[in-house]
Parts: sequence; structure tokens; C-alpha cells
Amino acid sequence: MELSTRLIIAGCYIILAPFIIGLLDGFDRKISARMQGRRGPSVLQPFFDLKKLFEKEFLTANKTQLFMIRSYLVFIVLSGILFFGGFDILLVVFSLSTAAMFLILASTSTHSPYSAQGTHRELVQIMSCEPMELLVAVGFYLATTPSTFNVSEIISGSQIPNIVFLPGFFVGFVFILTIKFRKSPFDIATSHHAHQEVIKGVTSEMVGKEYGMVTLAEWYENAILLGIVGLFFLNSNPVSIVGAIIAILVVWFLEILIDNTSARVKWQLMLKLAWSVTIVAAGMNLLLLEIIRG
Amino acid sequence: MSSIHKSPWLLHYDGSSCNGCDIEVLACTTPVYDVERFGVINTGNPMHADIFLITGGINSQNEAVVKQIYEQMPQPKVVIAVGTCACTGGIFKECYNIKGGADTVIPVDIYVPGCAARPESIIDGVVKGVALFKEKAEALKAAEN
Ligand code: SF4
Repeated sequence: MELSTRLIIAGCYIILAPFIIGLLDGFDRKISARMQGRRGPSVLQPFFDLKKLFEKEFLTANKTQLFMIRSYLVFIVLSGILFFGGFDILLVVFSLSTAAMFLILASTSTHSPYSAQGTHRELVQIMSCEPMELLVAVGFYLATTPSTFNVSEIISGSQIPNIVFLPGFFVGFVFILTIKFRKSPFDIATSHHAHQEVIKGVTSEMVGKEYGMVTLAEWYENAILLGIVGLFFLNSNPVSIVGAIIAILVVWFLEILIDNTSARVKWQLMLKLAWSVTIVAAGMNLLLLEIIRG
Repeated sequence: MSSIHKSPWLLHYDGSSCNGCDIEVLACTTPVYDVERFGVINTGNPMHADIFLITGGINSQNEAVVKQIYEQMPQPKVVIAVGTCACTGGIFKECYNIKGGADTVIPVDIYVPGCAARPESIIDGVVKGVALFKEKAEALKAAEN
């Protein structure tokens, strides 16, 4: 891919991702409300919430936190540029974990016991997801010929969608998406809804614009994760984009359904489940891929 | 045009209520009343809250707590006292440990009377609170400029 095309797509990501994901989030709240027999807020509600957060007074005793949150946002956006610009998917995974580290630093920079509790839980969530994220990158590497981590070559190099070779990886990835999207039953570090059991976990001490920036960063991150879901269905044929979009919407709806039909679990169970699914689904798939490749 | 009033997040604190009013507050979030229609979310975190909703009177033990919660909430913020107890001390007013309504420790903007306050009147109070929240936000903006 030309560098200019890469930059244009990356620019579109920076501008459009918050609008698309914010809107999806609005539909999420509407659909969730309907599932619970309520009318629910307007689909634009996430934007109202975000705007309000940036307009609130900034009450903080701690300047470090703001710096850490800014870095978190910057690294998430950087990961998105790397992904949508068609660069190395392994780099995207590493850059995402660096961003997560800044979120951890932000929440530990305060002395609130609620933040501390949230940080502990966030670390467990990272531990649950990370193996699968890395394996997805490895899966794409093995599925393409010649093997590559480069996102644009993964798309242009394959004649049939990669999902055909990577069904196990897909199942594992969709499983950890529930954790990544902070949805029930795995919303233990903090919930994507504004209400939460142990106050607000990692985001407890984040006031006004800080919480706004975290929300924005999560939207950017969700765009990358949904992009990876799409990558399973993309190939050199441009028509496959339609398939990818349908797959993304189906996965998104599935997450809402899971969110509304399950109760929060303890972190021990989350870790066990996530690792079991990773080992069984992605592990078997990996083994088969290796055998096929000889 | 500010749209700040479209996203009022609510913090509910139970002073020394008999729980009658608390149950009615929770009823507001159920499918029958659904306050989320107005963008209202029941948050547990004062730092994220815009509206402070108190039920029950103030006693010597929760006085400090109420003050601290109020101070932790960033501006603009609105305080709503729900139920006769939170308005004046109500049926417990004469008790040795009760100081009176919520306004004995923090400034209260809106009073919702009733024992227990009905969900309809609580929602009415919240809607009034939202209007006031908008006014306060605009005043704050004007003061900044
Ligand atoms: S006003 Fe009535 S129902 Fe409400 S807390 Fe007081 S005694 Fe209970």
C-alpha cells in the first residue's frame, strides 16, 4: 500500500472512530434498555455524556494522573494508526499493552482504595486477554502465505477470508472481547456503564475531563478491536468489506446480548475461563494450522 | 448551546432514612419509570455525579459523610432532598441524634416532599434539578469567560 493511502485511512480513523463507536454505544444503550423493557436514552446519549464530562470542573489533587491518562489516549490512538494504516499487527498488540500500562499507572497514582481494587482487577483482566491477543497476531502470521504480520499484506495476500483457517482464533478473540469491552459477566475492573459495584474501579478517581479522555480512548480501542474482528473476514476482494461489516455488527449484537443475560462473575472464574478458551480454541487451531502447513 | 443538562448523573445517599424513600428512588430506575430516558444514570461515585440525591435526615454520624460527598462533587452540581425526612427531619425530627433535614449541613436546591416521596414526584424533582443544573452550568461558563 502507498504511504499516502495509509495516512488517509489512518486520518479517517482518528476523525471517524469516535463518531462510529459513540453511535454504536448509543444503540447499545437503546437496545439494552429495550431488552430490559425500558424506553432507554437517546442514541446520541454517549456524546452528551462525553461533552458534559469535558465541561465539568476539574477537581483533582494529582497532576500525574492527567499526564498518564493523556499518554493512555495517545498510545491507543497510535495503535489505531498502526492498525488501520496497515502496519504490523504485532506492533499494534504491543502498543495496546503499553497504553494499558498507562491506565494502570493513572489509577495507581491516587491513594483511593477503590482505585487500588480496580487496578488489581484490571491487571487480572489484562492477564486474561493478553495471551489471546498475541495468539491472534500469530494466527494471522501462520494463515497467510507468504507469512506476514503486516496488516495490509494479510488482506491483499489472501484469496479466501482468513476465518476459514482461523475459526478457533476467532472464537477465542470474540470471547475476550467481552472482557475488553468491559461488559457483564466480565466487567470487574470497571463497567462500560456509568454504574458499578465497587464504585468505579480503575476510573474511580478520574474527574471530569480525565474520565472523558478515558471514555474517548476506550472508543478508539473498541474501533481497533472491531477492526481485528473485520480482519478475519477481509481478503483481496473488495466485496469482502461488506462481509466484514456484517460480522462486526453481529459480534457487537452478541456482546450486548451476553451483557444483558449474564451476571458479573468473580475474577478467578474469568481468568480460568479466558485461559481455557484460549488454550482449547486457539491452541487446537494453532496445532491444526501447523499440521496443514507441514 | 450547551447540552450539559442532557446527561445528569445521579448519586444517591441514604442518610438516616427508614428505607421507604430509598425504595422509591430505586423504583425510578425500573422499567415502569425509567429515568434513563432523560440520560440519568445512578452512579456510585461522587466524582462522576452531577446531582446529589439525599434521602433521610442528617444525624451526628453521617454529617461529615454528607459534607465530604458534597465537596467531592465537581461543579456544576445540584442537591435534591427526597422525602420529608431529608427536607426537615420528618418523623425522626425530635430524636436525640437527628440534626434535621439535609439543609442543616449542605445547601439544598430542590425539596421533594412526601412520606415516602412517590416516584412521580421524585422524577419531577429530578427534572427540575436538571433544569437548574443547566442554569448553573451556564452561570459557571459565564463566570469563566
Ligand atoms: S420520608 Fe417517610 S418514607 Fe421517607 S425516609 Fe422519612 S420516614 Fe421513611
